[in-house]
Amino acid sequence: MSKFELNRRSLIKSGAAIGAGLALPTIFTSSARAYLNEPKGSTVTLGFNVPQTGPYAEEGLDELRAQELAVQHLNGEGDGGMINTFSSKALKGNGILGKKVQFVTGDTQTKSDAARASAKSMIEKDGAIMINGGSSSGVAVAVQGLCQEAGVIFMAGLTHANDTTGKDRKANGFRHFFNAYMSGAALAPVLAKEYGNERRAYHLTADYNWGWTQQESIQKATEALGWQTVENVLTPLASTDFSSYIAPVLNSGADVLVLNHYGGNMVNSLTNAIQFGLLDKMVDGKQFEIVVPLYSELMAAGAGANVRGVFGSMNWNWQLQDEGSKAFVKSFGEKYGRPPSNSAHTCYVQTLLYADACERAGTFDPCGVVEALEGFEFDGLGNGPTLYRAEDHQCFKDVLVMKGKENPTNEYDTLEIVEVTPVEQVTYPPNHPMFGGDEATLGTCNSGA
Amino acid sequence: MDAIILQVLNGLDKGSAYALIALGLTLIFGTLGVVNFAHGALFMLGAFCAVTLQKILSLSFTVEDPTQKDFLGNPLKVDTPYVVSWFGDATGNAILNWSVPLAILFAIPVMLLVGYVMERGLIKHFYKRPHADQILVTFGLAIVIQEIVKYFYGANPIPTPAPDAFRGSVDFGVMIGFAENQIIYPYWRLIYFLFSAAIIGAVFAFLRFTTFGMVVRAGMADRETVGLLGINIDKRFTIMFGIAAAVAGLAGVMYAPINSPNYHMGMDFLVLSFVVVVVGGMGSLPGAVLAGFLLGVLESFASMNEVKSILPGIDQIIIYLVAIIILLTRPRGLMGRRGVMEE
Repeated sequence: MSKFELNRRSLIKSGAAIGAGLALPTIFTSSARAYLNEPKGSTVTLGFNVPQTGPYAEEGLDELRAQELAVQHLNGEGDGGMINTFSSKALKGNGILGKKVQFVTGDTQTKSDAARASAKSMIEKDGAIMINGGSSSGVAVAVQGLCQEAGVIFMAGLTHANDTTGKDRKANGFRHFFNAYMSGAALAPVLAKEYGNERRAYHLTADYNWGWTQQESIQKATEALGWQTVENVLTPLASTDFSSYIAPVLNSGADVLVLNHYGGNMVNSLTNAIQFGLLDKMVDGKQFEIVVPLYSELMAAGAGANVRGVFGSMNWNWQLQDEGSKAFVKSFGEKYGRPPSNSAHTCYVQTLLYADACERAGTFDPCGVVEALEGFEFDGLGNGPTLYRAEDHQCFKDVLVMKGKENPTNEYDTLEIVEVTPVEQVTYPPNHPMFGGDEATLGTCNSGA
Repeated sequence: MDAIILQVLNGLDKGSAYALIALGLTLIFGTLGVVNFAHGALFMLGAFCAVTLQKILSLSFTVEDPTQKDFLGNPLKVDTPYVVSWFGDATGNAILNWSVPLAILFAIPVMLLVGYVMERGLIKHFYKRPHADQILVTFGLAIVIQEIVKYFYGANPIPTPAPDAFRGSVDFGVMIGFAENQIIYPYWRLIYFLFSAAIIGAVFAFLRFTTFGMVVRAGMADRETVGLLGINIDKRFTIMFGIAAAVAGLAGVMYAPINSPNYHMGMDFLVLSFVVVVVGGMGSLPGAVLAGFLLGVLESFASMNEVKSILPGIDQIIIYLVAIIILLTRPRGLMGRRGVMEE
């Protein structure tokens, strides 16, 4: 009968044997583990879920243009666009993991239930392994929840509410676009510099999730710099004529009107405010000003000359002169004859980021993709050095402060870049109270197995 | 007090649009007995008449300017409108600047034609069908018109500004004895109200003081008897459909500078206008006008912070709340006639 002796050598040997034994099944299972919509043939299908009908159809169309362009570049067609400037060199122009990329599209109609139905259809019927796109925070939160339950990755499009990567964050969901907090943090110092620290702001706020978070963010940021908030009036999302909300602003004592509106609401409220002569008004010796915290090129075009001199913020703009932006604008402009919008940019970048994560992870398995994207630092995609933060799946990068151009030279020349706010100024802790506090968690990734 | 006067002005302005759309709706219902859910689309088509004329007048030839670059770095293509080239800078730009008022002349024949085609081509086949069928077919037609407009003009709002002379605002308070800058009101909104009042007056005068109008009113009261007298009342009613379409269209043309037209704007007004018709009394022209202005003013007052602080969300339901109260106390609406939609 042998005697068991415990010494350093035997301990290391035993440890190695036990470790190998434990790892062996994992190695086998990880390669054999099935996940939802695992591509079996020579192609992989992506699902692009954008508003093709409804009030944001133009934005949806621009997102779709960019997504189609991204697929072309991934498959090695065209000039490669931002793949050439992307700091990660995992993408080779041969599809993703050697599989040719194809795509299906869905129509969100900018309605949460319709967006979920179209995403569900693309996942279940078309075998989409990733869902990308959208132009509303309500839709993004709804589709993100669906993708989490189903076990596919959701790469959000234009969604600006804090909640998407705040209290509603999900392990399978990722947002490249900036958020309301970042808009406030970037805009407030510029507003204080331009208009002074002693201002009285009147807020008109769209009465839904995005409007509330946008208003809260800009109010806190401006109050921190000395501004006062005179009033915050919630306006129904379905409003078309804002005259009865704007008339009380005239004699409220406010000298700044903040329009926490987006899309058609923004176009109409800004137009109405200009009609009431607010920008010609003086209050206690101060020129009255209007601020639109979230700009979009398409909406600025809809508001026409009314955006002149009005400050706002953006995630990206085609006028940026870094190599990534120039490459993307060239590809997009030559294909479609127009510069891309910032919603097009974010959808294009999200598609490349997803493909790159698959290549680096060596798998389409959503849990592998999540691991590859978490904490990923990259550059060359138009926003400067960027981090996909692991704790909340929010991208952290520079933010643009914009101003309506005084003398536009053509229909696309509506906005000008006033400042590129550095990322440090818009960064916040993952447990920030506006983002769900300590209770907000990602949960665990779901591969749909 | 200044806040109240401002909201009264806003209410009259909103009420102008409601009244014009509701007037056309009730005219069609009173003559043809058709519940026309495509009437909002006619309002939207009117606004797009303004957009279309603006585009036609802006038709340009392109010259490359090598001294300027476009977003791709190519020589900038500079567009010069033909009207500017033909008539010179001053006259050409004035024509472009006045495109919305000019669109009134453009919209009248277009909308009369649209109304005529709509009635003869589709709606006349549904006269004897139940109201539910009429609602379904006209609602479907509204969606078709909406999608056609979206196909050609896109989903984004299209800026259609008023002439420079009417941009900005007027110090209305000074006119009525208030201090300066107390009651500022946009020029174009005042013009919209006056224009609506003129159109409403013209429609009433047409029905009241012309032989054609007299026959139409007689037909509305007793279609069968008028027919027995050998008068082709159907033909006159078709013309009235065209006139109702033109009224909605003109309301749309003049509304274009207030809010940039988009393909969905008709739907935004449609439901409210139906409530206006019901509150005013089905088939009653004065009722439609009265209810339009009344609901417009009430909606504006409900948006005041003082009111909302007592009754949060009242601005979103006020019109429907008033409709319920009026229909409970006066089931036929404010000026509804006995027997209309009661069979």
